[in-house]
Amino acid sequence: MADSHADDENRREFLYLAAGAMGAVGAAAFAWPLIDQMNPAADVLALASTEVDISALEPGQAITVKWRGQPIFIRRRTQQEIEEAAAVDLASLRDPEADAERVQKSEWLIVNGTCTHLGCVPGNRVSDRKGEYGGWFCPCHGSHYDTSGRIRKGPAPTNLVVPPYEFLTDTQIKIG
Amino acid sequence: MEKQTYSNPVIRWVDDRLPIFSFMDHEYNKFPMPRNLNYFWNFGALASITLIVMIVTGIVLAMHYTPHTSMAFDSVERIMRDVNYGWLIRYIHSNGASMFFIVVYIHIFRGLYYGSYKAPRELLWMLGVVILLLMMATAFMGYVLPWGQMSFWGAKVITSLFSAVPIFGESIVEWLWGGFSVDNATLNRFFSLHYLMPFVIVGVVVLHVAALHVSGSNNPDGIDVKGPQDTVPFNPYFTAKDSIGLGVFLIVWAGFVFYAPDFLGHPDNYIPADPLVTPPHIVPEWYFLPFYAILRSITFDFLFIDAKLLGVILMFASIAILFVLPWLDTSKVRSCRFRPVYKWFFWLFVLDCFILGVVGAKSPDDPVFGVEWFKYVHLGQIGTAYYFFHFLILLPILGKMERPLPLPTSISESVTGGRSDSAAGAATAKGEPA
Ligand code: HEM
Ligand code: FES
Repeated sequence: MADSHADDENRREFLYLAAGAMGAVGAAAFAWPLIDQMNPAADVLALASTEVDISALEPGQAITVKWRGQPIFIRRRTQQEIEEAAAVDLASLRDPEADAERVQKSEWLIVNGTCTHLGCVPGNRVSDRKGEYGGWFCPCHGSHYDTSGRIRKGPAPTNLVVPPYEFLTDTQIKIG
Repeated sequence: MEKQTYSNPVIRWVDDRLPIFSFMDHEYNKFPMPRNLNYFWNFGALASITLIVMIVTGIVLAMHYTPHTSMAFDSVERIMRDVNYGWLIRYIHSNGASMFFIVVYIHIFRGLYYGSYKAPRELLWMLGVVILLLMMATAFMGYVLPWGQMSFWGAKVITSLFSAVPIFGESIVEWLWGGFSVDNATLNRFFSLHYLMPFVIVGVVVLHVAALHVSGSNNPDGIDVKGPQDTVPFNPYFTAKDSIGLGVFLIVWAGFVFYAPDFLGHPDNYIPADPLVTPPHIVPEWYFLPFYAILRSITFDFLFIDAKLLGVILMFASIAILFVLPWLDTSKVRSCRFRPVYKWFFWLFVLDCFILGVVGAKSPDDPVFGVEWFKYVHLGQIGTAYYFFHFLILLPILGKMERPLPLPTSISESVTGGRSDSAAGAATAKGEPA
C-alpha cells in the first residue's frame, strides 16, 4: 500500500515536470518570434550596396555617402597623409593594423564614419577639427583617429571599420 | 480594514459588493500620518500628479504625432503651430519631464537624508529605484520622438552603450535598432514603448504606495510611530499640506511653460535629425548629466575590462547601488538630525552629484576654471570615485563609528517639546500606552 502511494507520488511528480517542461518549451517557442521581430527586417537587409563616383575628389578632400543608413567616409589622401599612416609603429596602436591592410589603393581611404566608441560621426569637412593625428576627431567624447582611420587617443576601443567595397573603374566604387 | 456603513444607499450597495469607498476612506481619509512631517513629504504626491499630467498630455500629443522619420519632426512642428493649443500641451509635456525628475530627485534625497530606505521600508525604497529606472527609459525614448538632432544623436549614443557588451554587443545593438543604424524601425518601437512604459510606472507606483501603507510614512525624526498621539489623519491635514505644495509646484511648472518653455531643452533639437552629421556638442537632458559624467570619466582600461565597458558598467552601477543601500548603511539611526557626522557627508554627496552634473555638461577636454592641467574629465574622475566611495566605504564604516545624538522618546514629545498639548490631547488621553 505504502509502496503504491510512493509510486503515485513519483508519477505525479513526473507529470508535473513533463507538463511544466512542455509549457516552458512552448512559451520559449512563442517568445522567439516576439524577440526576433525586432531584428533588422528583410527590406532593411536588402539595402545592400551603393555606387559612388569619386572622380571629382582632389587630394586632401573627403566626402560622406550613406550606406545602410550609415555614413561612409571616402578620403583621397595626400602623399604626406599616406606616409604618416604607413610610418606608424604598430606596437604603439590600441588596435594594431597596418595601413596597407586597410586600403586597396593607398590614395583612397574608405571607412565607416561611425565612431567605434558610441556611434557619433566625426566631422568630415575640410574645415572640421582633424584631431592630433590628422585624421578625424570625434566631438562626442574626444576620440582621435589617424590618417588611416585608426584609433590613437580617446575612449574608442577600435579603428574605424573598413566596409566591403570594390573599385568598378578608377573613378567608380561600389560599397557593400 | 474596518468597513463603513454608508447612509447613501447607492454607495452602501456598491461598498458591500466592492469596498472601494471603505478602502479609500481607510487609505486616504483616516490614514494615520506622523504629525511632524515637513514639506519634503509633499514630493511623493507631486510625483504622482505629474505622472498623471504626463499621461494625459501624452495621449493627446499621440493623437497628432506621426512616428515616421520623414514626418515626425514636421508633425511636432504642426502640433506647435497649427493644432489648437498644441503648443501648450507639448510644452506642458516636455517641461513636465523635467519637473518629474526635479520632484523625484528631491523625493529621493529626502529619503537619503531621513533614512527612509532603512527597515522596514527597504522594499518600498527598491520599488522607488525601479520607478526611477523606468522613468529614465521613458524620458529617453520620449526625447527621441521629435526626431531633432539631439533626439537622433542621443538615441544613437545611448543605444550604442550596449555595444560594449562582450561578444554579443553588436547583435544586441542591431536588435535594438532593427537595422544598422538608428532609423525608422527604431523610432517606431520607441514610440510604442514610450506609450507603454508610463502605464508600467503606474503599476509600480501602486505597489510602491501599497508598501508605504503597510509600514506608514517615515518622518523627520526617523523614529517609529508609537501610538495615535503621534499621528494625525491624512485628511484634512495632509490633503491641505499637499495642496499648498502643489500650488507652488504648479506655479513653477507654469513659469517654465509660459515664460521659458525651451530653457531646459536644446536649440539643436529644433534642427531635423541628420544621420550623417553629429552636432559639435551633444549633451543629454539635464537629468541625465551626472550619469553621463560617470560614463565619460572612465578613459582607462581596468584589468581585462576596457574603458568603454567599464564606463557603461559604472554608469548602471551608480543607480543599481541604490538597490543595496539599505544594507550598506549600517547605522540604526534613520534621520540625519541625529547623525552629526553623516549629516555633513550627506551634503558632500549632494555637492558631488551637482559637480558630476556640471561635468556632464562640459567638454571633457576643457580646463576647469582655466587651469590647463586640470580638465573636466579629471574632475569627473574624482567625482565618480567619491560617488562610489560614499556608498561602498563611507556608509558601512560611518554607521559603526559615529555616535548618534539621543533620540526623542516619541514624535509627540518632539513636536510639543514635552509640553502638554491640547490639539492632540484627546487622542493622547485615549491612546497613550501606559
Ligand atoms: C512617465 C511619463 C512620461 C515622460 C517622463 C515623458 C517624457 C517625454 C519627453 C521628454 C518627450 C520629448 C519632449 C520634446 O522635447 O518634445 C516626450 C514626447 C512625447 N511623448 Fe511623452 N512622456 C511620458 C508619458 C507619455 C505618454 C503616456 C504618452 C502617450 C502616448 C506620451 C506621448 C508622447 C509623444 C507623442 C511625444 C512626442 C511629441 C513631442 O515631442 O512633444 N508620453 N515625452
Ligand atoms: S562616440 Fe566618438 S568618442 Fe564617443
